[in-house]
Amino acid sequence: MSKTITIDGKTIPFEDGQTIMEAATAADVYIPHLCHHPEFTPHGSCKLCTVKVNGRNCSACTFPAAEGQDVLNNTQELIDDRRKITQMLFVEGNHFCPSCEKTGNCQLQAVAYHLNMLDDHFPLFYPNREMDASHPDVLIDHNRCIFCALCVRASQQHDGKNVFAISGRGINKHLIFNAESGQLKDTDLDKNDKAAHICPTGAILIKRTGYQVPIGQRIYDHHEIDEVSLATTEHQHGE
Amino acid sequence: MANKIRVATTSLAGCFGCHMSFLDLDERLVQLAELVEFDRSPITDIEHCTDCDIGLIEGGVCNSENVHTLREFRKNCKILVAVGACAINGGLPAMRNFIPLEECLSEAYLDGIGVENPQIPSDVELPLLLDKVRPIHEVVKIDYYLPGCPPSADVFWKFLTDLLAGREPELDYELVHYD
Amino acid sequence: MQVFIENLAADHQYQPTRLLLILRAIQARYHYIPEPAIQQLAGLLNIPSTQIIGVVEFYSFFHLQPRGQYELLISDSITDAMLGKHNLMGYLSEKLQVSVGAVRSDGLVSLDNTSCTGLCDQGPAGLVNGYPLTRLDRPRIDLIADLINQQKPVEAWPSELFEVEDNLVKSGLLLEQPIQQGAALKATFKRGLKETLVEINQSGLRGRGGAGFKTAMKWQFCSEEQETVRYVVCNADEGEPGTFKDRVLLNSYADQVFEGMTVCAAIIGASQGFLYLRGEYLFLYDKLQTVLEQRRAAGLLGNNILGQGVGFDIEICLGAGAYICGEESALIESLEGKMGVPRNRPPYPVTQGYLGKPTVVSNVESFMAAAAIAEQGGNWFAAIGTEKSKGTKILSLCGDCAKPGIYEYPFGTTIQTILDECGADDVLGVQVGGPSGTFISNQEFHRKLAFEDLATGGSFIIFNSSRNILDIVNNFTHFFAHESCGFCTPCRVGTSLLKKQLDKIIEGHGSAGDVVSLEEICQLVKSYSHCGLGQTAANPILTTLERYPELYANRLKKISYEPGFDLDAALETARRMANRHDAAAHLAQVGEDHE
Repeated sequence: MSKTITIDGKTIPFEDGQTIMEAATAADVYIPHLCHHPEFTPHGSCKLCTVKVNGRNCSACTFPAAEGQDVLNNTQELIDDRRKITQMLFVEGNHFCPSCEKTGNCQLQAVAYHLNMLDDHFPLFYPNREMDASHPDVLIDHNRCIFCALCVRASQQHDGKNVFAISGRGINKHLIFNAESGQLKDTDLDKNDKAAHICPTGAILIKRTGYQVPIGQRIYDHHEIDEVSLATTEHQHGE
Repeated sequence: MANKIRVATTSLAGCFGCHMSFLDLDERLVQLAELVEFDRSPITDIEHCTDCDIGLIEGGVCNSENVHTLREFRKNCKILVAVGACAINGGLPAMRNFIPLEECLSEAYLDGIGVENPQIPSDVELPLLLDKVRPIHEVVKIDYYLPGCPPSADVFWKFLTDLLAGREPELDYELVHYD
Repeated sequence: MQVFIENLAADHQYQPTRLLLILRAIQARYHYIPEPAIQQLAGLLNIPSTQIIGVVEFYSFFHLQPRGQYELLISDSITDAMLGKHNLMGYLSEKLQVSVGAVRSDGLVSLDNTSCTGLCDQGPAGLVNGYPLTRLDRPRIDLIADLINQQKPVEAWPSELFEVEDNLVKSGLLLEQPIQQGAALKATFKRGLKETLVEINQSGLRGRGGAGFKTAMKWQFCSEEQETVRYVVCNADEGEPGTFKDRVLLNSYADQVFEGMTVCAAIIGASQGFLYLRGEYLFLYDKLQTVLEQRRAAGLLGNNILGQGVGFDIEICLGAGAYICGEESALIESLEGKMGVPRNRPPYPVTQGYLGKPTVVSNVESFMAAAAIAEQGGNWFAAIGTEKSKGTKILSLCGDCAKPGIYEYPFGTTIQTILDECGADDVLGVQVGGPSGTFISNQEFHRKLAFEDLATGGSFIIFNSSRNILDIVNNFTHFFAHESCGFCTPCRVGTSLLKKQLDKIIEGHGSAGDVVSLEEICQLVKSYSHCGLGQTAANPILTTLERYPELYANRLKKISYEPGFDLDAALETARRMANRHDAAAHLAQVGEDHE
């Protein structure tokens, strides 16, 4: 007999070693997330996937599933707080969606849509952040970085490189590149690297591809991220 | 006629795109006109607000005049609505926030290419620029937000018809857009 | 420089885990970490340069841009502020012709704030090139300024500037009778390792860092791991503002602390231990090395301790200015030569700690107590204290009292007793457990020192009625925003939001909804943060809001809304450039006839 947990009252089977996120995804239950990606070591930093496990807040992407866990995911309280955490991500950076190539395909935006976020709620920080357009094929816009470290992990764990790192402390955190000049062009990043395509926001963009699909016909224009996320994971498992 | 809902609208640091989108209500404007009448608005050319039920604000706050206008709306409108990306987060005008205002003004009026007779305009009629463009919720209290650049006509329709029907306005998934 | 770095890396066996020590040496010599040094080190240690840059930018004591040849840092702890730090800072800045946060144009001196230096009983305090300056006042500052301007090397400065007192005021169970060197180990071997663990269990000893996990249980879990390479780590990253008891314990009782670590090593089967010493305690480093040498010579460390076939040694690692490294998994990351970012848990350090191996991380005081228990037995310790909190607690008392210093009390002692004995009058409240702890009002002095009532890692800051509670809260809230590691969203962004929102209220720009907004941010930071730092960062606000809601309410204007930024000041640049002086060139902070 397989072991089970419950999520919002629904019984979900799991295997030893699975996280709550993995068990949920396998059972077609969506838990909002941004720093998580099934192919890479869980990070646990964005905190959007926070669920209540037997009354205690845990990050679903890192917390192991265990027999007898009663997990709350879609409660109004969690939805409201996840919206506020998303708003925190918006105000700490500079997210001007109308001028961003990633709009409509952006997971940060999609999570915000999913959580029915209509405003920024908090005062905006307007930090002064740079861009790096030095690389022939890849553009970095630090204004949109949410420090999920997916590019860091993809470069290390998939591409076998070490192009990216997160540096600094606290609100001064920032993405850096592994090159003596500090510029992206002097790293060994290739436009076909997984790391160049993994960014959930518009912080890492492939040049000259931005408007191939018109705004209004993009992924999240008509499909919610829960549906897209579960379908993508299924597809990946099938590969 | 006396029972009509009074609506005022204005554009601060915006492009009037949200107003254009409002006009995209097309024939629904006729239906709407049955229920509301317009106070201060580019549509009416009325210069100042009187008591209103709903105020729709497009654009962020970039200068002193915007602050006065916004305050006039807040004072006179029972419900104040931030309409569009610029009102909500400063939008594209806020992209000047990363250039010190001194540099902006110098480039435009003092040492930019092709500037003749360099001087900073100082007529007392001219509003002064704030050092940063701000979203309107950082200057007055805002009751509702309609995101989008611009929000579609359907957003305006859904929001106003919900309010007029006494329902708490709700935007479905496809109506929530930031672009 | 190339040769210097080559030799430095060689001295550290090219070990990436020694990165912090290597960077400390480079910072000390060049007063920054030059870019070529980073590239050279990356090659020598075989790590990406991004790891080095990450570490440099993470720790407060490393800099990518040159600091002064004399790096002056003044402690920003609330206790230093209470001792007149702000005026002194102004004086210092004037005297040395350098502004706070800057380097003087001749590059000779830089001046900045730093988080609590652990010298709260002898402040205002600071650091010059890493070494502590105590009891700062105007004559001392005059002297320091002269020494700097004469370019006298720090080693040649008068020693009284660097005098650090123990100020041991009240001794109890542990401080009164330190063990004889080797006594705990002898007793342990005589009794048996398992039997000694039973004694430690029997003693009821719980972690003295504040969290209070049962020490024996931690040791047992670690010893039961399949992996046989295990580590013992002593957490001496005493960063909680207002705490300085580990400084005293390491200054005067280091032998007993090391002995506790060795007992632990024997029990769990570890052959390597680390003392993670906070960077601010650099001045203890040489002395501690000497104690280790003595212990090696006495056969109490090394390959065959007391001829029992147990091998264990201890290495001292230095931090570099990061409060977060007091969190055990962040400390382990730091020991590995990385940024101090707390790990995801599980796995816990007892199963996967240093280099992924089972590791016991315990507080200085815990090891000291464990050594005494190993000698005296569990019942000796358990006879004192309360049912859930056995033994004594060593406190760092500071703030408004006649005799600040070190006090050891049995658990269960009331706050009133402590206040009476240290000579505190007219007390407004006490911050128990530092900024991450609880602010208690003068209506609560019957409460007890205990894990089940008021837990503390040792910080005990007293405020008399001349103090302004909101100033205190403000200091603490800014501290957390400065020390947040930035890993998780709620803490990274939330602590900055808390700072902004509290500033808005304190500066008188708050209105009706602003306290509600403040509480909302508090709840988010507390409930969703990754580690203890974020989970407690809102405590200063929450614990005072609960006790003194009127203090916050009184700051609010009786209007529905006020902007959080200064509107008129926002017009200043444009006003100046347009040379406008008319009324229309100004903005009131709130509108006329505001509803």
